[in-house]
Amino acid sequence: MAVLQSKDGPIWRKRTTQADFSVWFCWLLGVAAVSACFYFISDKTIWVFVLSAPQEAADLGSRMVPPDWAYSSQLWRPLWDTFNIATLGTILAIVASIPVAFCAARNTTPSKVFVRPVALFIIASSRSINSLIWALLLVVIVGPGVFAGVLAIAFRSIGFCGKLLYEAIEEIDVSPVEAVTATGASSAQTLTYGVVPQVMPAFAGISVFRWDINIRESTILGLVGAGGIGLQLSASINNLDWSRVAVILLAILVSVIVSEWLSAKIRNALT
Amino acid sequence: MTASLPSMANVRRTTWRPQPLIKSPRLRWVLALGAGIYLAVAVGTLDIDWARVAEGWPRAERFFVGFFPPDFTSRWDAIFAGLMESLWMTVAATVLGILISIPVAVGGARNVAPLPVYYFCRSIMALSRTFHEVLIAIFFVKLFGFGPFAGLMTLTFATLGFYAKLLSEDIESIDVAQAEAIRATGASWLQWLSYGIQPQVLPRAIGLAVYRLDINFRESAVIGIVGAGGIGATLNTAFDRYEFDTAAAILLIIIGIVMLAEYTSGIIRQKVQ
Repeated sequence: MAVLQSKDGPIWRKRTTQADFSVWFCWLLGVAAVSACFYFISDKTIWVFVLSAPQEAADLGSRMVPPDWAYSSQLWRPLWDTFNIATLGTILAIVASIPVAFCAARNTTPSKVFVRPVALFIIASSRSINSLIWALLLVVIVGPGVFAGVLAIAFRSIGFCGKLLYEAIEEIDVSPVEAVTATGASSAQTLTYGVVPQVMPAFAGISVFRWDINIRESTILGLVGAGGIGLQLSASINNLDWSRVAVILLAILVSVIVSEWLSAKIRNALT
Repeated sequence: MTASLPSMANVRRTTWRPQPLIKSPRLRWVLALGAGIYLAVAVGTLDIDWARVAEGWPRAERFFVGFFPPDFTSRWDAIFAGLMESLWMTVAATVLGILISIPVAVGGARNVAPLPVYYFCRSIMALSRTFHEVLIAIFFVKLFGFGPFAGLMTLTFATLGFYAKLLSEDIESIDVAQAEAIRATGASWLQWLSYGIQPQVLPRAIGLAVYRLDINFRESAVIGIVGAGGIGATLNTAFDRYEFDTAAAILLIIIGIVMLAEYTSGIIRQKVQ
């Protein structure tokens, strides 16, 4: 808080003149950087295509309406596949992330010097590669299909579940752990009776949360050939069959909303 | 000997068990059984072509041999251009998205907006959050043509749903007393917003902005695969040309930047909150 002395007495101001200038300078830098970004993007943009967007949108809209409702009967299998990719992928990820999380948490790791950094690296690299890129790699390795999708979802989710879980483990209350240790329990017993009960609710919540995200992710894995409803979507887009695209998008919309609602319900029940 | 220990047989022996996560045993059994049946059916319909999967190992080996050593130099110009494009897209989309989402967030807070406005803003958020960024990118590429402009629009749209939703939840959970106090001074609606509510949500708003910046960079690496510019486009080209060493270099750069961004964003968020 700064006060400016004037003839009529002190005037209250929010900042000193110097602070005012530095704030103003930061804003100047920020605005300049953002404008530069917009300038570079506009430089790389073919504006004729952008300006024709309204016509393009009207054209797309007219092709999408009315949706090809008859096609929806063929979508049950792809939707089932999508659901399976998300669910099985999440289950695999949960199973794999538990040991990783226990190795990464500062209070349960067997060795801080060696095991913990390895576990943290697994978590970070799994998290920073998007599931679509994982799918791109896995389709080449295990071949196109649902299996590649399941693995892609699993690989991406190990990092997510592992990170949230190890943070939950680090935040546990130490006194139950000490109490269990005091009974002469082995370290495995301490883990199962002192640590696991404390993180169980958080862990269940994390799994359901990730499952909900995975439903959304698994709708697009088909674009690179990893199964699910994305296959139908990319086929319809390639055939310019927009009335089918509309049906598929509606199906995705409904399934994502239902899964989000379900996950919110379960998470509310858990806490 | 045996006669001296008869009382042991009469003692009720109970074994202690940890409390189960789900209390009702019936629900527990139904859930377990349902999960078992589902797993059996789902794995049964997976249709795994094991012969093809078995081929996977040599393929993976060839893949990773192709990956090593990562080749940063021979396509460095393309990689650098792609990275720069991703960065521009990320920064511009985050700023634009936040600017648009502030009014939507205010409109989507139940304690500020009237019901019709609330429903309108909430449906904008729901629409933006439902579809994956890649799906939105496909459409924007159709509308605006290939290149970073479509990417900018996609990320802006995705930022809108994320930021507006979290910010409006924040506005809903403010301390009412301070806002009431400002209102009691006879402040106008705008003054009430900027002095009663804005200071309370600002720290979290900054934290969310940094977090979204981080997410947008990650997404910018993906939407390029469907033609929306950025490092993803370079990555896709590398894959299409079977230049796996370049692809490995790009993946390493993405991992590096993402880790760096996450680390710094974590520090910034801790500082403002």
